[in-house]
Amino acid sequence: MISAVRQQMSGFTATYRRELGAYFATPMAYVFLAVFLLALGLFTWEAARFFDSGVADLQPFFAWHPWLYMIFLPALAMRLWADERAAGTDELLLSLPLGLPGLVLGKLCAAWTVAGTGLLLTLPMWISVNYLGNPDNAAIALTYFVSFLMAGAYLSIGAAVSALTGSQVTAFVISVVVAFIFTAAGWPLVLSTVQTLFGTGFADLIARFSFITQFESAQRGVLELRVVAYFLGFTATFAFLNGLWASRRRLG
Amino acid sequence: MLDVRSLEKAYGTKQAVRGISFAVEKGTVLGFLGPNGAGKSTTMRMIAGVLEPDVGDVLIDGKSIISERRAAQAALGYLPEGAPLYNDMTPPEFLAFLASARQIPKAQRKDAIERTIADARISGVLGQRIGALSKGYRRRVGLAGAILHDPPVLVLDEPTDGLDPNQKRAVRALIPRALPGAAMTARWRAPLPASPIRWRRKRCDQRRPPTDERVYRDLPA
Repeated sequence: MISAVRQQMSGFTATYRRELGAYFATPMAYVFLAVFLLALGLFTWEAARFFDSGVADLQPFFAWHPWLYMIFLPALAMRLWADERAAGTDELLLSLPLGLPGLVLGKLCAAWTVAGTGLLLTLPMWISVNYLGNPDNAAIALTYFVSFLMAGAYLSIGAAVSALTGSQVTAFVISVVVAFIFTAAGWPLVLSTVQTLFGTGFADLIARFSFITQFESAQRGVLELRVVAYFLGFTATFAFLNGLWASRRRLG
Repeated sequence: MLDVRSLEKAYGTKQAVRGISFAVEKGTVLGFLGPNGAGKSTTMRMIAGVLEPDVGDVLIDGKSIISERRAAQAALGYLPEGAPLYNDMTPPEFLAFLASARQIPKAQRKDAIERTIADARISGVLGQRIGALSKGYRRRVGLAGAILHDPPVLVLDEPTDGLDPNQKRAVRALIPRALPGAAMTARWRAPLPASPIRWRRKRCDQRRPPTDERVYRDLPA
């Protein structure tokens, strides 16, 4: 059993290191981090009026996470498989004695690490609110954790879609659309429309599958296993699809 | 060493490879010839486990590419057509990635990489990214990747294609025989017993007479 898992996961370390190296060998990771942090700062201060709220918490900061992830994380994930296909290196990769799960998770975790680095670099925000007042630090720590899990869910969409095409641009556009569907499903605007069309029960169901709804429940400061299970399960589902779509290459 | 058994592959309605069988014994180099679209690369992809055959099997060093894919792939060095490489890596980084992916024991990795760098004669370009290398050097890095784990069976898809005569000579010099063919299989790393090059033609190419009657006979009718 353990040896079977180990076989399937063979290549995780090699793939993870290679992909992480690829992000930092090119300006990719640096550009991503710079623009992500800039956008997050801009939205938090300019759009959400961080200082005007008069409350020492990170609510206006976290509120933007799903929306920024929706745009930025597909950009981070789009190269994972599409680039291999375009460069022909997928043939090299598939000729190696590796397990597909190891490849899929190695790639996903490399992108996840870059996203996590971005999140880590926002820690000065946390320090600032502590300087300004007395925020609920436990709630903030929990929200950071759930935000990180949510980043994995967004990345898994991007990675899976990227396995479907040899074009990074196509992968990006489709991923953003899919990510938008899972994000906006919890948007009041969408929900009220669904409610009038299909009734309250269906609207509730839709809302339950939305990233925003799940993420907001984490922001209340209660660790709900349901939320953790939702994001991890979502990521696992798309990682599975990713493996399925990547292995289609073997069928020709 | 390499045993190909009635491989078949169709892309949609187009039959790319129809029932090809041959064996390559230890110490022999086989030229795999055929016109464009004859199915050479498709056959090699199936041998390398990149593409699943519709029918048939391949035994690499006795291991089936269908039922023991990873064991078979571990015994194979494969250079895909055009030698695709990770352009953002330097040659040593690329070889280290392959060594880790192929699970060469950590203690042996450094030696394997150094030996391969010497064999492939790429010690002059170690600091450059692969994307910045000339075509000839890229091909040598690709070959280095294929021989890194000292595989008993080597499958090279058009290793000298698209190179100028000087580069062709440099790549061919890596292989202890002159190989103008589209590809070759079987072991070529020293020590090699002297053996004739056997040319193989594809069954699909009916216009060209087989150059080796013995090989031709074991093809399905």
